[in-house]
Amino acid sequence: MASVSVQAERPGGLLQRPHATTGFWSWFTTVDHKKIGILYGITAFGFFLIGGSEALLIRVQLARPDQTFLEPAVYNELFTMHGITMVFLVVMPLSAAFFNYLLPLMIGARDVVFPRLNAFSYWAFLFAGLFIYSSWFLGGAPNGGWFGYAPNSVTDPSIGMTFYAIGLLIAGIASTVSAVNLAVTVLNMRAPGMTLFRMPVFVWMGLVVQLLLAFSLPVITIGLVELLFDRLFGTHFFDVAAGGSPVLWQHLFWLFGHPEVYILVLPAMGIVSEILPVFARKPLFGYQFVVFSGIAIGFIGFGVWAHHMFAVGLGPVANTAFAVSTMIIAIPTGVKIFNWLGTLWNGDLRFATPMLFSIGFIAMFVIGGLSGVTHAVVPSDYQQTDTYYIVAHFHYVLFGGAIFGLFAGIYFWWPKVFGRMLSETWGRVNFWLMLIGFNMTFGPMHILGLQGMPRRIQSYPASLGLSFWNMVSSIGAFVIAISVLVFLINAVTSFRKPKQMEADPWDARTLEWSTSSPPPEYNFEEIPVVHSLDDLWHRKYAETEGGRVVPVAAGGSGEMASVGDHVGGDGGAGHEGGHAIHMPSPSYFPLIAAAGFPIAGYGLIFGVPAVVVGLVITLAGFFGWALEPSAE
Amino acid sequence: MASLEHSVAPPVSDHAATSTGLPSLKLAMWLFLASDCLLFGALISTYVLYRGASTTGPYPSDVFDIPFTSVSSFVLLASSLTMVLALAAIQRGDVGRSRVWLLATALLGMAFLGGQVYEFTSFVREGLTLKTNVFGTSFYVLTGFHGTHVAVGVLMLLTLFTLSFAGKITQDSAMTVELVGLYWHFVDIVWIVIFTVVYLIPTNPGPGS
Amino acid sequence: MVNVGTPSGEPCVREPVERCYCAPGLGARLRFTRRDTGKVRRRTVVVLGLVALAVVAVACAPNASQSALEPAGPYAQKSFDLFVPVFWVAVGIFVIVEGLLLLFVIRYRHRKNQTARIPAQIHGNTRLEIAWTILPTLILAGVAVPTIATIWDLAAKPTGDVLEVNVLAHQWWWEFDYPGQDILTANELHIPTGRPVYLTLCAVGFGYGTPVPSDGGPPAPNACQTGPPDGQQPAAIGAAVIHSFWVPQLAGTQDVVPDLTNHLTIQADEPGVYQGQCKEFCGLSHAYMKFRVVAHTPADFDRWVAEQQAPASAQVSGPAAAGKDIFLQTCTACHAVAGLETANGQPAIANGAPNLTHLMSRQCFRGCTLETNDENLARWIADPRSFEAGSFMPDYGLTSDQIDQVVAFLNTLE
Repeated sequence: MASVSVQAERPGGLLQRPHATTGFWSWFTTVDHKKIGILYGITAFGFFLIGGSEALLIRVQLARPDQTFLEPAVYNELFTMHGITMVFLVVMPLSAAFFNYLLPLMIGARDVVFPRLNAFSYWAFLFAGLFIYSSWFLGGAPNGGWFGYAPNSVTDPSIGMTFYAIGLLIAGIASTVSAVNLAVTVLNMRAPGMTLFRMPVFVWMGLVVQLLLAFSLPVITIGLVELLFDRLFGTHFFDVAAGGSPVLWQHLFWLFGHPEVYILVLPAMGIVSEILPVFARKPLFGYQFVVFSGIAIGFIGFGVWAHHMFAVGLGPVANTAFAVSTMIIAIPTGVKIFNWLGTLWNGDLRFATPMLFSIGFIAMFVIGGLSGVTHAVVPSDYQQTDTYYIVAHFHYVLFGGAIFGLFAGIYFWWPKVFGRMLSETWGRVNFWLMLIGFNMTFGPMHILGLQGMPRRIQSYPASLGLSFWNMVSSIGAFVIAISVLVFLINAVTSFRKPKQMEADPWDARTLEWSTSSPPPEYNFEEIPVVHSLDDLWHRKYAETEGGRVVPVAAGGSGEMASVGDHVGGDGGAGHEGGHAIHMPSPSYFPLIAAAGFPIAGYGLIFGVPAVVVGLVITLAGFFGWALEPSAE
Repeated sequence: MASLEHSVAPPVSDHAATSTGLPSLKLAMWLFLASDCLLFGALISTYVLYRGASTTGPYPSDVFDIPFTSVSSFVLLASSLTMVLALAAIQRGDVGRSRVWLLATALLGMAFLGGQVYEFTSFVREGLTLKTNVFGTSFYVLTGFHGTHVAVGVLMLLTLFTLSFAGKITQDSAMTVELVGLYWHFVDIVWIVIFTVVYLIPTNPGPGS
Repeated sequence: MVNVGTPSGEPCVREPVERCYCAPGLGARLRFTRRDTGKVRRRTVVVLGLVALAVVAVACAPNASQSALEPAGPYAQKSFDLFVPVFWVAVGIFVIVEGLLLLFVIRYRHRKNQTARIPAQIHGNTRLEIAWTILPTLILAGVAVPTIATIWDLAAKPTGDVLEVNVLAHQWWWEFDYPGQDILTANELHIPTGRPVYLTLCAVGFGYGTPVPSDGGPPAPNACQTGPPDGQQPAAIGAAVIHSFWVPQLAGTQDVVPDLTNHLTIQADEPGVYQGQCKEFCGLSHAYMKFRVVAHTPADFDRWVAEQQAPASAQVSGPAAAGKDIFLQTCTACHAVAGLETANGQPAIANGAPNLTHLMSRQCFRGCTLETNDENLARWIADPRSFEAGSFMPDYGLTSDQIDQVVAFLNTLE
């Protein structure tokens, strides 16, 4: 990778900025959105393996009735940690990995608008995850469910839920800050000519997701603060005897929690919206409608939260209102699905692995969406809620939906990020095993729920007749595990290939494919000027009056690296119009500022001095950040 | 006006203009403040939900000293005025004046905080702590969050004040002052809401009295 | 041929693409070659076979007694009657959407022997967009109307000859209080068939860290406040957390929330035993907080009421007498038996644990996870934590002889 020129150095060197952009230590000081994206991706995948292992343990315990492989205390920790991990430490950061890496490239920018803030978000996320997981060794992991309903989450004697509250607060800071950063990037850093309606759908979904984060995280922040204060300081937020209300926790949690599920799935929808057109060789059908549907889902998503609370006793008026709003939100979701079908219609479909996962996404998400609509029928939900029928629904939308979409993105952008292709053969095995295993695991859960299996139970008796489908489900989980192993093999062996990838191996449509694979640190030799949606495609192909699509002569634009060039991994230092491109320097301070938070967190649990130490470190980090010399 | 991001933060685009025309730092601050609105919204909602729900005293009418709190509210409002004056001065290039008004804002903010501390300690003496009842719980956490926001603002103001002696605050960097000003006005507006909802609108005593 | 998905190292060659122009809109003709038809037919058979298998598997599932798909009373029937048509609508949409997906995937796949084409770059069709926005709206409106009607129907308090029962949820067992009949029992809710039973749901247990009000007022508003008639505060064992009362064959669920007074109406058509359990995660032994609803004919129910209203039989002899002494010294700290006096002459009143007056009339105990027999009772008393994680019942360290005596005494509590 090109090394950037040395920065101004202050005598005394305390606030000297590091300069290396290559090498092991450069990963700790990087402010390059691409490296940060890779960090998010690797970390999220690591947590995926851990969260998946937790799921396997759960499925072993539930494979047969009346098993005592896991006692209730451990089982409760496992399902809680599985939920926290998958939601906050896997799907969210994996989406963040894609947003970080791709948003600047897709809008023709060189980086996000606040690169050090970007690094800070990553380190805060990493420390939050490590903090929560350290609880296993420091007194007990969170055990009150990922949803942490009060009063149980307050009264449970284990320290675990305190780790939960503090850890998620730190993660929330990371995500809020990142949301502001990426939203401003999309709004302000677009290449000339890229109006909002020439942005790729993935960028639009990114914008909607960041705004959802910015407006939903504060609500759960307050919920978590109130939970933490009740646990640590004897306050009465959820104390019924003092006049408090446990239902308040639920409102605060779900006011965040429902937008959160759209935060989890919209990125994958954006990814699929990019991949389908490439492998159908035609544009996304109904671009504006897909965009507007995403925006509508974002808005309406703030109005459906109490559909998680139908059985709480809010009364028929509230239940009616939320049943209706929940049904309404199905409409824009359906619009998206129909537009994806329209994209496939009359296409020239090629089933590379990204396309397989994208089609799998559509197929699985439809099932999850339909079961979701059945929940909106409140009197039926009285039977379905808190059973495995719900577990089936959300795994269909979050695994069959979000995870499949993210895997599609991994296969699609792997050559761009790492300069090598993942193997198609292994990819096919990965996909089919995952699809089969997934349906084996979660399909039967619809039946189990309706036949009387509640959620979050460590065991069930043989007399309920739930044994057969539980066994099928548990076997399916191991098939998923094998499919993930296949992916790991694919990923690792891909690095044995030489790093020799063209800019645009898929003949794609968006700007990131116009630069080398991987891109240079400065992303583009010259910032492109955008003339239309799918600008890259229109530079490659023109439509004649008769509607024929013909390729444009290679090198026609002259402004970008030509499609089809072999650009090696190491480019020279970028030159634009004769002068060097200046990229922001790396910095220590984002990591330092982030490091104070978990230390303060430990202090809240184990002793006030650590709180002071943590806050001082964070403050010092922020001051250093503000005062260090800028990059030249 | 050259934006601050060129002298302090490195340029990441070769185009000085932004797609929306708004400086990025300002857009970011507005977005952050919008997000912060929801933070206070959740806290105020909690307080309002628990209005009149305490099963034991002391109750708001037992402890509130509205005249005193009105004075400290006025102090905070005045600090918004001095903040505006500080920004106007630096936009004119008058660093000295700006420095004075920045210090005045910080001092008024500290006076407000001092008033809060005095108020809280007198409440504690009258028997209202975080743990006493749900009124104490929701009141202290709400006003404590606000006070923390004020304290962070004071810190930023004093930092600007100090930096101005090192020549870091100039007419070109008026944006920084403007951003701190936005934050400061937001904190002020939130206080107006809190003062109205918590102090001015009377609460019936709880079921326990 | 445009290179898509090949391992790196192969050259990337571009050839002119062939013209392929199809009329915009739905004018594309669906052409099937003979080979295509065969493939489609084979895939269809496979898919249908799988669906049939699934249906058979469901239909032949072993008789699950906690199933929402086997309603045994009018209130459960209402949920079921709403679920079934909506389910079939969902199946219909599933078939259409997934069918289209499958159709397109098969019909429009790139075939190797065809030269590459770039299809017409169709950007959308506004009429279609309107259509597939309006049609789902209409379907959902059709679903919404009966949904809303049933919400209000189920929320209404039943009229007529209604039996009222208070359900008290503890960590981790269910208590049933019949205020009209003055009965306090646990683990089994006995009801008559053919009558609506209006349940008031209360979560019982400690709040946390609250000082008792200085004026001695009640600690928490609770519509199910039960206790001795002299107004003593019932003790609480375990924390008051959210539970959920679910007996799927008789009704959907309602949560039991500490600061809310929720209600649920159940009714059984036929005599029988219906399984239920707590559905809302409530702590360590959430999985073991079960109950049964036992429905009797009205005559049998009246007989049950009379039996429950009688005090404990006073006739004990032999080991049961020794057991009774032990019981009065230890167990009555928490357990109540109507008509008994503790060692210091106080009536053995409800004190946070199940009322044992007619323990032997109940088929199950320990959150209805153990059958009521001597062996289970002995093992439970010997080591409560092995049956209930986090149990609040202490292990009094009784010898096995002492336990046998206590069990003998318990056998007299019919």
